[in-house]
Amino acid sequence: MKTSRLDKYGKINRDKILSFSWDKKKYKGFEGDTLASALLANNIGIVGRSFKYHRPRGIFSSGVEESGALVTIGSKDKRDPNVRATTQELYDGLEARGQNAFPNVNFDLAGINNYLGRFFAAGFYYKTFMGIPPFEWGKGTAIWMFFEKFIRKAAGMGSASGLPDPDSYEHAHDFCDLIVIGSGPAGVAAAIEAAEKKLDVILVEQDSLIGGDQLAENDFDNSQIKNQLENLGIKIMTRTTAFGLYDNCVVGLLERVTDHISVPNINIPRQRFWTIRAKHIIVGAGAIERHIAFNNNDIPGVMTVNASKHYLNRYGVLTGKTIAIATNNDSVYETAQQLSEAGANVTVLDSRTNFEIKTNKSFEIRKGYVPYNINGSKKIDSLDISKSENINKSETINCDQVLLSGGWSPAVHLLSHRGVRPKWDYNNACFLPSDTKENITMIGSSRGLWNKNDCIASGIAGTTDALNRLGISKTNYFFPKPGGWKNPIQPLYEVKYKKSRSKSFVDYQHDVTTDDVRLAHREGFISVEHLKRYTTLGMANDQGKMGNIIGLSLMADLLNKEIPEVGTTVFRPPYTPVSIGALSGRNVGKHFRPLRVTPMHQWNIDHGAKMIEVGLYQRPWYYPKENETLSDSYIREATTVRKKVGICDVTSLGKISIQGPDSTEFLNRIYSNGFSKLQVGKARYGIMLRDDGIVMDDGTSWRLSENEYFMTTSTGEAAKVMSWLEELLQTRWTDLKVNVTSVSEQWAGVSVAGPKSREVLNNCVDDPSVITNNNLPFMGVISTFLKGNIPCRIARISFSGELAFEVYVKSDFANTMMDLLWEHTKKYDGCLYGLEALGALRVEKGHVTAAELDGRVTIDDAGLSKMASTKKSYIGSAMRKRGVLKSDDRETLVGFFPKNLKDTFNAGTIVCEKNNIKGQGIGRITSVTHSPELGHWIGIGFVKGGLDKWKDTTLIGADPVRNKQMNLQVVSPHMVDPKGERMYA
Amino acid sequence: MIRINCPYCGERDHSEFNYGGDATVKYPSLDSSEKEWTEAIFFRKNIKGFQLETWHHSHGCRMWLVVERSTVTHEIKSVKPCHPDLQKVVENNK
Repeated sequence: MKTSRLDKYGKINRDKILSFSWDKKKYKGFEGDTLASALLANNIGIVGRSFKYHRPRGIFSSGVEESGALVTIGSKDKRDPNVRATTQELYDGLEARGQNAFPNVNFDLAGINNYLGRFFAAGFYYKTFMGIPPFEWGKGTAIWMFFEKFIRKAAGMGSASGLPDPDSYEHAHDFCDLIVIGSGPAGVAAAIEAAEKKLDVILVEQDSLIGGDQLAENDFDNSQIKNQLENLGIKIMTRTTAFGLYDNCVVGLLERVTDHISVPNINIPRQRFWTIRAKHIIVGAGAIERHIAFNNNDIPGVMTVNASKHYLNRYGVLTGKTIAIATNNDSVYETAQQLSEAGANVTVLDSRTNFEIKTNKSFEIRKGYVPYNINGSKKIDSLDISKSENINKSETINCDQVLLSGGWSPAVHLLSHRGVRPKWDYNNACFLPSDTKENITMIGSSRGLWNKNDCIASGIAGTTDALNRLGISKTNYFFPKPGGWKNPIQPLYEVKYKKSRSKSFVDYQHDVTTDDVRLAHREGFISVEHLKRYTTLGMANDQGKMGNIIGLSLMADLLNKEIPEVGTTVFRPPYTPVSIGALSGRNVGKHFRPLRVTPMHQWNIDHGAKMIEVGLYQRPWYYPKENETLSDSYIREATTVRKKVGICDVTSLGKISIQGPDSTEFLNRIYSNGFSKLQVGKARYGIMLRDDGIVMDDGTSWRLSENEYFMTTSTGEAAKVMSWLEELLQTRWTDLKVNVTSVSEQWAGVSVAGPKSREVLNNCVDDPSVITNNNLPFMGVISTFLKGNIPCRIARISFSGELAFEVYVKSDFANTMMDLLWEHTKKYDGCLYGLEALGALRVEKGHVTAAELDGRVTIDDAGLSKMASTKKSYIGSAMRKRGVLKSDDRETLVGFFPKNLKDTFNAGTIVCEKNNIKGQGIGRITSVTHSPELGHWIGIGFVKGGLDKWKDTTLIGADPVRNKQMNLQVVSPHMVDPKGERMYA
Repeated sequence: MIRINCPYCGERDHSEFNYGGDATVKYPSLDSSEKEWTEAIFFRKNIKGFQLETWHHSHGCRMWLVVERSTVTHEIKSVKPCHPDLQKVVENNK
């Protein structure tokens, strides 16, 4: 193939010369070039190596359907693999490289695969690595694991940089009445018509320029159209691909903001991921020219006819000197004429024998001929041709380029995303879009219209359809009939090669040949969905935009069926690849998910807290002194709480205000224990069950007045409990006069725990008399003031098992409260304690948390049977007694000691009987800690049959993940102060 | 993306909502038998076509809604508050 740049052709800006590199050599192109057109202008024919056989591959197309010219651009962390050279705009300094080749695409050692083709047929991996014949040697996964790394290296295309993506991406949103996808003649007509009818219109174009296929016309100038669109107030989005249509007229767009810029402004995102919510969608996505399968139809120099027209008229590149065009339809003749006018020696092989076409006779037309075989390997030497009626080599013609047009496929992909199956049109040998009830209208050549005037008419009709469906007008309209060629197309998908070892490619990108399709058929993979997966036809980057129909026709032929009977695979989003970076947008790094902090977050950090994530919350984990480790620190903190006093931020607990005359009745229904007799000024620990009788959450509810409660929930379940309460009140118990409000953010909470906690509080409250044991007994609640006139709520609640108080103030006072409490805590040699110490204290007491209440546990399992009222019905009361939940064999809560007190264990350890260490065992350890009080490791967890069954038996803790095993003693979960004397102090 | 026309907030993305479940279930009284509760909790029709389901506008007004949605096409015919009193308010404001 000898390509050359022509002075008189193209819309490139020859005043602006851009330099770029290809495989480390420097070349020049012009502003307005794509990488592909610049490579062609520099006479570079081989731009890649094929997927399996490593055959040299060139540029097949001029657009998104490209399946040959996939290259890597950029370097280091900016490396972007599998970029279509045909859509990558050239910029100064662009670095591009060929892929899937070593040492390079011109000389690739793995090219030997081409001669081993029969080993790499469809299903090769499935068959071979299930075990090697004849004895299925190595059957199983081991052999696959062994070979996988070699296969991955040999196959695959470009590779990612493996480095963090340095670019930024953005998510953006917009709304409109009408979104028009595609700016060809149809799309532009639709947009103008709609804007004139006062609709708010967005026009989307994947190319850098508007115009669609008109950009391949030599005399086309889009500036006037652009002005008209802009004057009508239409939002034009170029370099933007509508990659998917979703429910309710939602469209996903990918806008490539800086991919065409040499040195982008770092403050601008590389790409924008748009979610457009429209009222109506018009799709004028055009049509894609198909190739024809025949032997060696992939040699560099093979291209679609329309692509060569684009290269000539848009980029001023004549793609060959002696050009053979093979076709079965009328669409190629204009191009043939233009190519010959531009200086090429053109021969058209038309598979049809009986047709009339008007040309200026500057090129030869051979009626009734089809391409049979290309001679050459890295370039085209000559083309063997055949009579279409009797397939066999009849003669050889000299050429350096073969252009193919096997017909056109309307781009029905976007409609297919909506589950609308296209229908086969025999007259035009293509799938046409079917009608849909959704507000989507197909126009232009994506509904099978081949003439510009028909396309324009369809655009106007499409907008009328939209206006009617939106109820704005009631106007009659009609769409032009599909088609538009003078002579009918003659279906031509494959020219069958008579010799063995043919390489007639159906899908260039995955090296799927016609023989692979036949093999799939022989082996029974005859459904199109099986065919696709078995041969990989239509997968990857191009998603079979060119080759799918050929594959379907071959299968139809083998099955003696028609194409529509074979069916078509469903296209799914995205239409063209969308980078992962664009999908994640700004939700990366620290912004991967929302971060919740308590109002005293900074105070905690300032006072030495190491933080830990609990759900979305950041909570203090431990407060190390000097060189303390985590374990040094939490043991000291827990010991200090037991001996003196400690304070701990508990703000992350969920807090719900429950108000209304039926509040008591409401709580009595949702908690398993009784709430009807809870007095004002008292709090109660409660357990909520789900409808099915499993524990949902636990917490406390404080009766602040006759009709008002303050409920706390666990940190993790706060949102769920809130939704649950709202659901009950809005859907089930709509007669209850209760209002629930989340006040989690409004209150800051701190736990003051330890034998000295009352003394600390005495110094902090305005009136110490309110917190005496008489005024504030265990589970008592008061509203009072901290010093400095700060209103607060104090409840005498203990999670640690010590004398303890929870103090809540409005969030604004959080830091003041902490300063005040800490000042006096220090006086009693107290400490700040974090979640790790809190965990140690509660495990010692056998108190359960989310680690135990994991959605599988009943009240009885958790050893809290006395919390289940027998005097009332409540949510889950019937279901908690159902058969399986009553079994004696249930895993119930116990404590664990290591038999050898020097041993340690981890949460997740499986509990087994001594002679039966396997599977899921008879239980599990859910929480562990070193107990400062007892001086050794302790745990809580579950074991089948519970304490009574195992208290005298040594069990085994198996921890295969950490390769540990230890002897266990089962004990009561209440390991410290089982009678709770300290709490009541 | 399903768009749900919340009677209070207007048309919003389904990502603002949480799916609840079958809106036609009549939950038995709390003192009902295990059998009645089993029916209410575990047995569901697998409807092809329009069904009534609850959605919670959790990132909006926090109203629980009855949505009439096609399980085939996602088409939504109607959206109403679950709470009968709120339904009346919406009706009166139409």
